[in-house]
Amino acid sequence: MEVFLQTLVAGILKGGLYSLIGIGMTLIMGVMGIINLAHGQLMMVAMYITFALSSFFGIDPYISLLVSMPSLFILGMAIQKYIMNPLMEVDSILPENQVLMTVGIGMVLTEIARFIFSSNYKSVQTSYSNATFFLGAISFSVALVIAFFIAIGFTVLMFWFLLKTDIGRSIRATAQDRDAALLMGVNSKKITIITFGIGSSLVAAAGTLLIPIYYLFPDIGGPFTRKAFVITILGGLGSTVGAIFGGITLGLAESFGATYIGMAYDDMIGLIIFILVLLFIPGGFKRFTKI
Amino acid sequence: MIFEVKNIVKYFGGLAAVNNVSFKVNEGEIFGLIGPNGSGKTTIFNLISHFHSVTSGNIYFNDMDITTLKTHKINHLGIGRTFQIVKPLGRLTVLDNVIAAAFSKAQNKSDARKIALETLEFCRLDHRKDILAKSLSIGERKRLEITRSLATKPTLLLLDETAAGLNPTEVDEAIDLIKKINDKGITIIIVEHIMKVIMTISHRIHAINFGQTIAEGTPQEVANNPAVIEAYLGEQYAHS
Amino acid sequence: MKKHGPIILLFILLIFPLVVQNSYYQHLVIMVLMWVIIGSGWNLLAGYTGQVSFGEAVFFGIGAYTSGLLFKHFAISPWWGVLLAGPIAVLLTLPFGWISFRLRGAYFALVTLALGEVFRLVAIVWESLTGGMVGILVDTTFVSKVPYYYIFLFIALLRIASTTAVINSKWGYYFLSIREDQDAAESLGINTVKYKMVSLNLSAFLTGIAGALYINYMGFIDPEVVFSLHDISIMAILVGIVGGVGTIYGPVVGAFIMVAVHEFFRTGFFGLFKGIASLTGSDFMTTVAKYVSEAHVLGFGVLVIFVIMFLPNGVVGDWKKITAKLLPKRDKGGIS
Ligand SMILES: Nc1ncnc2c1ncn2[C@@H]1O[C@H](COP(=O)(O)OP(=O)(O)O)[C@@H](O)[C@H]1O
Ligand SMILES: [Mg+2]
Repeated sequence: MEVFLQTLVAGILKGGLYSLIGIGMTLIMGVMGIINLAHGQLMMVAMYITFALSSFFGIDPYISLLVSMPSLFILGMAIQKYIMNPLMEVDSILPENQVLMTVGIGMVLTEIARFIFSSNYKSVQTSYSNATFFLGAISFSVALVIAFFIAIGFTVLMFWFLLKTDIGRSIRATAQDRDAALLMGVNSKKITIITFGIGSSLVAAAGTLLIPIYYLFPDIGGPFTRKAFVITILGGLGSTVGAIFGGITLGLAESFGATYIGMAYDDMIGLIIFILVLLFIPGGFKRFTKI
Repeated sequence: MIFEVKNIVKYFGGLAAVNNVSFKVNEGEIFGLIGPNGSGKTTIFNLISHFHSVTSGNIYFNDMDITTLKTHKINHLGIGRTFQIVKPLGRLTVLDNVIAAAFSKAQNKSDARKIALETLEFCRLDHRKDILAKSLSIGERKRLEITRSLATKPTLLLLDETAAGLNPTEVDEAIDLIKKINDKGITIIIVEHIMKVIMTISHRIHAINFGQTIAEGTPQEVANNPAVIEAYLGEQYAHS
Repeated sequence: MKKHGPIILLFILLIFPLVVQNSYYQHLVIMVLMWVIIGSGWNLLAGYTGQVSFGEAVFFGIGAYTSGLLFKHFAISPWWGVLLAGPIAVLLTLPFGWISFRLRGAYFALVTLALGEVFRLVAIVWESLTGGMVGILVDTTFVSKVPYYYIFLFIALLRIASTTAVINSKWGYYFLSIREDQDAAESLGINTVKYKMVSLNLSAFLTGIAGALYINYMGFIDPEVVFSLHDISIMAILVGIVGGVGTIYGPVVGAFIMVAVHEFFRTGFFGLFKGIASLTGSDFMTTVAKYVSEAHVLGFGVLVIFVIMFLPNGVVGDWKKITAKLLPKRDKGGIS
């Protein structure tokens, strides 16, 4: 029972961070109608920014959110504005060209990171990195709990933005039904640029929050890109509420998988759930939540 | 009787796009299907060619129940269709578009090519055969839709608004072509918004509104039917 | 030139190992030939049939492991694996296609990516069968590269000839129709599920054989090598799009370019950086040289971005565009 609860708690805490990754991805995928296979790599960039600020200037990871998020916001907007949007005018045989482009972007980001920081594993040790507290017999990682609550904070903020502001409403409308939004005269170029910026800064937040408890190397982007699309498909393309469900589900699945099946399977479990969902619940959890 | 739909119903979520429609089509006939925008005409075609599955009801072709057959199977049996929103194979030449279709019945490539060239000539599109389908004008694209489906040698042809968006000369050409196809003995079900077209060429007309049958009969009878007049007047008011 | 190009190329390839006996260059051309086989396979499925797969490594890997496992568990010569790899890869297309072909566009791409990763992870964790990350070591038969060269050349020629034949047949028309519009294709009597499967079978058969040849040639495989997302599946895509999707010779050109770029970086721009480093004695340049030698992926990434942006139909598909850009300049210079 204790093991079960411990596993449950770990899964939910991890799921909170995954939600943040997933919301960014689902907005980008919904608004642009493409898969962003550089999502994890953008997170990796944010992680290195955090790492650099910490190791060169001794800045605490939580404070470097103030740098990593705006940086990735700008990087995301630039990618959309100068690479993805011009690509829409290029006529090509494969409509998946945009997806392939994100693969290229991911490769370049990864290699630049390798160039600057080398392939070695890096980590940031903080006073709270290994700190834990107990509720009953269940242990909680302090850093993970903080990360979880900050993630919830950003999620709530994101919802406020999507529901209450004009730009937010346009983004949500476009994410849920591109064609309808275009018909209603939403300025799609501007919306895509802002969305890519927001999506990138959300995943940047997740990356920065992971830093105190995780290690870092240039190729870390790939696995997280995979997690991001698993979460998005689980939740239903374009659905922000779905992304939270998707994130928590993946967090739980990985956590229970690691406890009851074996550590080595944790990556595979997500992928298999993903394939099953695509086959048997097309549309993901959005079918059930309708949001 | 070559074709029959019996009590077909199609729900999209809570919306009944087609609600209990039945009609029979005789061999060699031009059968008109009319109704205001959004009344369910294209959906009926999509049900016949099984792009969507019916919620209930049955579809018969030559006395065979084809309701659950796959789309390509239905074509093999001899039902061709065009799309209201045209679907050219854009990066293929016009000729290659038609050759791809002709393989449906042809034995080999030279046979397919021969069928394709004949069909292009029949539809007066042969002068455009070497250009890419994506560079055709809208009128030519509609014509390519017809040519392509004719190349699969159907005995029943479903035409979905093939005259929409054409200029008056092109409309007359389209009417001629449809008559010419019918003269070859091909049965036609035609969906058309332009009254002139449907009234001049249909032998019988079936009218629907909100997915339900409101009238069936000769063009004369249907044109004078109060329910039909009301449905179309309603639409005109809605548009003005 | 257009007509004789392939014949001249064939002639050069046939006599190459006789003229160039340097085994390093022979190895490079063997790699080009291997990528012609894999890249053309991807191109058949993606470029001609419109199904952009991120899972080509599944078939390459299964081919390699067919050979490797037979040797490991039954001590059978890995050459038998070459015979079996094709049929086994085709067998595997049944579940692979059953799962993936019900999805379209980006969803198809994602599910093939996921399937590829599942295979890699299974090969890693199922240690009793595959040996896991330790991989499989087999004895290579020949010391010289020449026999391998001609075997790879034979399969690569088979790939090009069979692709050419298929594309000009009914199947080719069906593949292109599916690529252009699946709904239109169905309405014209084309069984899209069946022909996507046919395309996948053709693609997988020779790619599986290439995998089996790879282990025979290299003498070693592990899951991260033969089931690699980046080094196999995505590399296959790069070969296709750089050379030109939906063209017969695109993947040939693409394979050549990719192997060349890889070597260009690996050797530090053919020793340029090392040269500068030793000339100037600068530590900084030595470091740069070291980084450059590992930066071929950066080169690939930049190349992809450039190609998709400016040559969306690849070098072969946009050849006219390239020559139009280059030729007028030549006229001005009065060289031609
Ligand atoms: N794939 C679909 N999903 C949901 N609703 C649909 C779909 N296709 C058609 N409809 C709806 O069904 C109704 C009938 O549409 P349609 O058959 O296209 O009408 P028509 O061809 O007579 O203009 C419309 O209300 C339309 O919005
Ligand atoms: Mg319609």
